[in-house]
Amino acid sequence: MAYAAGVDVGSTQTKAVIVDESRRIAGRSLIDTGANVVRAAERAFQEALLNAGLREEEVEFVVGTGYGRYKVTFGNTQVTEISCHARGAVHMFPKTRTVLDMGGQDTKAIRVSPSGEILDFCMNDKCAAGTGRFLGAAANALELPLEELGPLALRGERPVKISTTCTVFAESEVLSWLGKGKKIEDILLGVHQSIAARSVGLLRRVGIEEEVTFTGGVARNVAMVEALKQRLGVKINVSQESHFMGALGAALFALDHILASRRPQVARGGA
Amino acid sequence: MTVPGHELELVGRGNREGAALFRKWFEELTAAAAEGRGAAYVFVMGSLAELLRTFDFPLVFPEINSLQTAVRRVAHEYLDQAESYGYSPDICGYVKADVGVQLRGGQHPMGRIPKPALAVYTNACNTYIKWAEIWARLYQIPVFTFDVPGGRSAGYRSAPGDPDFENDRRYVLGQLGELIALCEKVSGRRFDIDRLRECLHYANVLQRGWQRVLELNRSKPSVFNALSDGTIYLGVANGFRGTAEGARFFENLVEEMSYKADRGIGTLTEELYRLIFVGVPCYPIFRRFNEFFTEWGGTFVNSTYLWFASGGAHLGFQYDLQRPLESLAEGLLVTVRAAMDSMFFQTEALVEMIDLYRADGVVFHPIKSCRTVSTGLADNRRALLASRDVATLFIESDMMDRRVVSEAQLKNRVDAFFEGLAARKRQAAAAC
Repeated sequence: MAYAAGVDVGSTQTKAVIVDESRRIAGRSLIDTGANVVRAAERAFQEALLNAGLREEEVEFVVGTGYGRYKVTFGNTQVTEISCHARGAVHMFPKTRTVLDMGGQDTKAIRVSPSGEILDFCMNDKCAAGTGRFLGAAANALELPLEELGPLALRGERPVKISTTCTVFAESEVLSWLGKGKKIEDILLGVHQSIAARSVGLLRRVGIEEEVTFTGGVARNVAMVEALKQRLGVKINVSQESHFMGALGAALFALDHILASRRPQVARGGA
Repeated sequence: MTVPGHELELVGRGNREGAALFRKWFEELTAAAAEGRGAAYVFVMGSLAELLRTFDFPLVFPEINSLQTAVRRVAHEYLDQAESYGYSPDICGYVKADVGVQLRGGQHPMGRIPKPALAVYTNACNTYIKWAEIWARLYQIPVFTFDVPGGRSAGYRSAPGDPDFENDRRYVLGQLGELIALCEKVSGRRFDIDRLRECLHYANVLQRGWQRVLELNRSKPSVFNALSDGTIYLGVANGFRGTAEGARFFENLVEEMSYKADRGIGTLTEELYRLIFVGVPCYPIFRRFNEFFTEWGGTFVNSTYLWFASGGAHLGFQYDLQRPLESLAEGLLVTVRAAMDSMFFQTEALVEMIDLYRADGVVFHPIKSCRTVSTGLADNRRALLASRDVATLFIESDMMDRRVVSEAQLKNRVDAFFEGLAARKRQAAAAC
């Protein structure tokens, strides 16, 4: 049995996925990236091996992805997370034609072909408005753990209007709404709707074609999924593996390499 | 394989000569500054260099001075100085770098820039007017506003002989008369029509050469990189328009590019992707930006920048030396309009360019500092995609301000673009 791995070194978290040759996930891991990116990649890979019950030498090919992809020093090659999220999304939901990936500092809208290749993509510009970091700033201001934001926001009834587009100023705007006596649930609902609005803007730039698959760490946030559904008016696919989609795509690219190397080579030239 | 001696001399000559001409130009400007000679401050879109040279004004292109501070990685010093003086971070980086130069008494990384005796600009860029007003306030100099009636409507072109065009030509000719009177007053020299003929002749050679050089890049592999090499040639096309040196440079460049085209000498070891660039280059990381593409085997075969920033010289317009002023008016109308259309109505031109240059993709590069060239690029891209199935990349940075240039983000997007291009090639090959 051949195994392939993908290591997605993101700005906040590093994910690793190992797949077997039937494209099933054999192991996975998720750790905080921290300051030492090379070490984070190594640790994530080792934890994924442990999770899969495999030894390092059993993994034939490793693809690095994410911002730290060139820091996956033990990897064989690199592929951008844009291609990897597209590949992972189409693998999990084969009818996917549009992917929205919301990570720690990037939000990407990707239009894909039926085979998972990129047709077009669009990302947030140099600021982190409309990304996971925006939620982090709100969580910080409200002194709440990130995982509580979604369920709380769903309880909101009268969302406030978050007007800032700056993640740095988001914190002070949240505090100003608190100062005006607004309920935390309503403030959070407003924050989610603000991010959803910016993300839908990105999606429109590449063209929204069903099915839409939502990937990245923020896809685990139920309120964000709901806010996007309402804005888009279409069904949104969310996988249990959404957080691992980049690493999964990378692992699938790695598996392609293994399988391609096994194909019989056609002799060229003379006798 | 031994490379023939004349090939070693010929290939790359344009880049070497271009760099030498640039050094010479700035040495002359430094000398003019030392002598206290007042310069004519002009812009790349409608410089009127052919006319201004007849009065022996040293020509200063503040846009070129500014981009040179970015290429030489000191733009931030000039931008900081202008911002400390009170200019907003949001306004054009070219303007602010020039303000920095003026506040430093003309000190520039390539020499010293003389003060203006007058400024001449066209309406091709809406920032020009406010920029020229700064010099008017700083130095109490006359500013001449050249109003070139633009078409500003997609697909509409009036041509010589059309009533609209002839009316516009008369209007432009009238302004030329006013400019000549102003130049005589400022310079203390009489207008010499024979010198104008001479400058127009050199401009004809230059424009014909520029057009031919661009055509020669249809060769596969391409004979020069429109983003890196092309920008050097563009600088000469602006700074030496109307001079014997500029004419000779482009004659030589045509010879070099023809030689390369005939022998299949390209710019990369293996040219995998042919690209078109739309917008203004990222000067703060000029070389690295280009490497993002060349590392993948991508090269730029043409660029809208080489059109509009040459003031429409890419058309190869030829002045009629028998009626120099009328022809200058006509040329100004035709070329400045083309420069404006290259910015505002580029879809048709891009579709044609894709076919002629056998391009695989188009890179749109809006910049924070320049709304004139960047506004509407997202729509241009959408319009292009509606008429042609072509790979496009939309990346944003700046032509001057490193604070808004994120190398990691740019590289990520460029890499993903090439991954998409590679997938397209695989699919196309599989379909065959």
